[in-house]
Amino acid sequence: MSASPQTAESNARLASEETAGGSVIDLAFTVNGAAQQVRVEARRTLSDVIREDIALTGTHLGCEHGVCGACTVLVDGQPARSCLMLAGQAEGSEVTTIEGLARPDGTLHPIQQAMMDAHGFQCAFCSPGFLMSAVALLDENPEPTNAEIREELSGNLCRCTGYQSIIAGVERAVEIMRSDDADTKTDDDAEGATS
Amino acid sequence: MTITEPGTQSAEDNTNAVPTPTDNLNDHKPNGFGRMLRKEDPRLVRGRGQFCDDVQVPGMLHLAILRSPMAHARIVSIDKSAAEAHPKVKAVVTGADLAEHNLAWMPTLSNDVQAVLATDKVRFQHQEVAFVVAEDRYSARDALELIDVEYEWLDPVIDVRQALAPDAPVIRDDLEGKTDNHCFDWEAGSKDDTEAVFADARENGIVVTEDIVYPRVHPAPMETCGCVADLDPVSGKLTLWSTTQAPHAHRTVYALVAGLPEHKIRIIAPDIGGGFGNKVPIYPGYVCSIVASLLIGKPVKWMEDRTENLVSTGFARDYIMRGEIAATKEGKIRAIRTEVLADHGAFNGTAAPVKYPAGFFGVFTGSYDIEAAYAHMSAVYTNKAPGGVAYACSFRITEAVYLVERMVDVLAYDLEMDPAELRLQNFIQPEQFPYESKTGWVYDSGDYEPTMRKALDMAGYAELRAEQEEKRSRGELMGIGISFFTEAVGAGPRKDMDILGLGMADGCELRVHPTGKAVVRLSVKTQGQGHETTFAQIIAQEIGIPPDDIDVVHGDTDNTPFGLGTYGSRSTPVSGAAAALVARKVRDKAQIIASGMLEASVADLEYEAGTFRVKGDPEQSVTIQDIAMRAHGAGDLPEGIEGGLEAQICYNPENLTYPFGAYICVVDVDPGTAEVKVRRFVAVDDCGTQINPMIVEGQVHGGLADGVGMALMEMISFDEEGNCLAGSLMDYLIPTAMEVPDWETGHTVTPSPHHPIGAKGIGESATVGSPPAIVNAVVDALKPYGIRHADMPLTPSRVWEAMQGNHTPPI
Repeated sequence: MSASPQTAESNARLASEETAGGSVIDLAFTVNGAAQQVRVEARRTLSDVIREDIALTGTHLGCEHGVCGACTVLVDGQPARSCLMLAGQAEGSEVTTIEGLARPDGTLHPIQQAMMDAHGFQCAFCSPGFLMSAVALLDENPEPTNAEIREELSGNLCRCTGYQSIIAGVERAVEIMRSDDADTKTDDDAEGATS
Repeated sequence: MTITEPGTQSAEDNTNAVPTPTDNLNDHKPNGFGRMLRKEDPRLVRGRGQFCDDVQVPGMLHLAILRSPMAHARIVSIDKSAAEAHPKVKAVVTGADLAEHNLAWMPTLSNDVQAVLATDKVRFQHQEVAFVVAEDRYSARDALELIDVEYEWLDPVIDVRQALAPDAPVIRDDLEGKTDNHCFDWEAGSKDDTEAVFADARENGIVVTEDIVYPRVHPAPMETCGCVADLDPVSGKLTLWSTTQAPHAHRTVYALVAGLPEHKIRIIAPDIGGGFGNKVPIYPGYVCSIVASLLIGKPVKWMEDRTENLVSTGFARDYIMRGEIAATKEGKIRAIRTEVLADHGAFNGTAAPVKYPAGFFGVFTGSYDIEAAYAHMSAVYTNKAPGGVAYACSFRITEAVYLVERMVDVLAYDLEMDPAELRLQNFIQPEQFPYESKTGWVYDSGDYEPTMRKALDMAGYAELRAEQEEKRSRGELMGIGISFFTEAVGAGPRKDMDILGLGMADGCELRVHPTGKAVVRLSVKTQGQGHETTFAQIIAQEIGIPPDDIDVVHGDTDNTPFGLGTYGSRSTPVSGAAAALVARKVRDKAQIIASGMLEASVADLEYEAGTFRVKGDPEQSVTIQDIAMRAHGAGDLPEGIEGGLEAQICYNPENLTYPFGAYICVVDVDPGTAEVKVRRFVAVDDCGTQINPMIVEGQVHGGLADGVGMALMEMISFDEEGNCLAGSLMDYLIPTAMEVPDWETGHTVTPSPHHPIGAKGIGESATVGSPPAIVNAVVDALKPYGIRHADMPLTPSRVWEAMQGNHTPPI
């Protein structure tokens, strides 16, 4: 383009002043137990920092306006829409993403196993959000009813499954966790008996 | 192998089945067909999938698209200098820039053209006008605001009913000699024969007529569309990671559009976050990304945001239909006729076989044996987003089934007949198959009555009608809706069907490694349907290698054989057949090698589940794994047999497959608020042989939820200036877990006679079959108000208007 030097200069100034990103912040928080320090634009969303700066792409962006729930992560144990949260708001927090659900040895969280057993997901783009919402639900209410599961997961959208398999997956997770608890109890009893 | 006889498959109906820890979840890890957990799930539940937006390439830049705020306007000028001066911007490109390289327009899949970036004028709101490439996504978006476009307002054509008015503004003045908004006309069946039957029925029987609108809706997959284009400046090879359901077809189109040699294009479709037809077309964003990578010499990523997805990519439906049925007074349906006005938006972006501009709408005669049928359609351009075929519609069968199943209920209303009985007495009979319909479709197999009876039994139909009568006497509004659909899926025979000249066949390649493990390569691409599991099961069923030992490769044009991809429920009918036949080819070779190993003649061997035995001496046997090692190992092979154990085929389907089903929906309508609650939904599907019943059930569940969305919630609407009013998920409502009931599913099994394993497509059955069942239920609930028809979406306000006698069609 053949803009005059003055025009180009003033355009550049306009661009940098009004729209070139603004201030940068330093941020320290924990993701899946690991300390993270990043320097990012203050306007950057938590979801973008998780996906791009920390390279944990298991958290997905389905709408970026807080409706679909695919970006749900846990912030200090509470489910949060990471697309609606500025990264700066997570300063000092403990964030858990789908990558943080399985144990370090690779053993799946019961909800992950249960979703596989129940054919919970199809394309699974929505799965990070459903899994994190379900974990938050089960932390709060380990024995939810079918109606409670539906209500609690109604903030997450899925286009493939018709939801029933996802509800079934949560119900199955409840059973796995119940039987895990019973096993632990039996083991404890057995140890008690032999000592 | 033998094909399962009708009704003999013994898998339990999965009615509200919630697996418990003690259930066998994996059907003994079936070495073939049966419930098997998905091979793709271990990565997906860990967040280890790789979707398009997860692709990161070193040096990658980000592309954002400037879109038109107006539906119809002339572009007077574009000033991009401020955007170009942005410190992080690498390029700003307009339609005029593309035109210099002859890239401003591209062909659509319907032999129309579509603007990549607008040059002369914009033809729908949010049309692509310019793009910016910048170092990061935020800066690219910032720079869009620095582009100054001056538009000159033109009156838009929004109401499709006015599109052909003599004084309507001409949208497509880019097409030489175009003086109106006519897109195409299409007809099927016999006009004269049909009119003769109608004339007779007017005298001696009954004719019912209804105006029925199937509103514009959107597939809205959870993952939006996007790509990463990486054109290597040295080798000239383009690698395109893309949200595509049809990687091979896209490669050929890019070769034709951009003049790139086809062997220098590699399309990779990574994990796809739902398609439903939305990821079949080629969108301007993909082409812009390729151009950007070519211009700048770096990889370029483009991902739509949700608004862009809803307002600019492949929509669905938008048919205005007048339906007519001629029948006897006893309820024998004699003829069906329809006149359709189809809104194709600003460019005809429909993806349909060339000879089928109205898709497979010609199956609108449904599941009924009739004397005559006729359809006429006029398709028009409007100032709305292009598209047409999307949202799991089986190439317009959704519209066809909705029309006929709504009309049968209209007839039942006027005859005061039970809608189940009316359907039962008009079905095509089992001995009539293969059945040629009055519009020329040859239904491969069907046995409709048992499927219908099973649904009625599961629903407890008689009890439901008794409950309804009792509730009506108390002023409560309960409705029971039935639909019975037949689909035509698995396009298609190459003598009739092609897209842009590409025959709709699919390839498949199978290699067995020396240790007896295998890799199968497909031309189709899963978007959640579980191909990595079911195709391994098909191979396992045929040659006995366990599914866990079979790697399924798909979605990469450099590493898979050519084929037309996954849409229109065609993966199992076409590619599934290819997989079975390629495995049989390998098995035939294995049998020859086995004959050498066992020192017996080929004819003296029998095969069962991965083992060849000498007839009458079963101790003498070799497994497929033994044979694989021999095929690759030292030692002699039978004369004339090459080493290795692999095969490739290209499968050209003989016919489409015709799955069918009976659906029953029960709704309650709140008389005070007009809110509709779907209380129950019974779905009995027949897709022939089932490869994995768990996955079949999932396909059905998903489609049923689609039906709830379309029938009760979803619509892409516009104001009179052409502003799209459904540009977010707060405006375009899709069902949540709260709007859907526990699905009650069952099945019958009527194999396809021409498919090697007897399978038919299932991916879209429920999306096709459920909307009429739900609407029929709501209209049935409103019977006390004297309502015979109401148009979707049946939102509380629209139902309320109907109850007040003010129901108007949606715009």
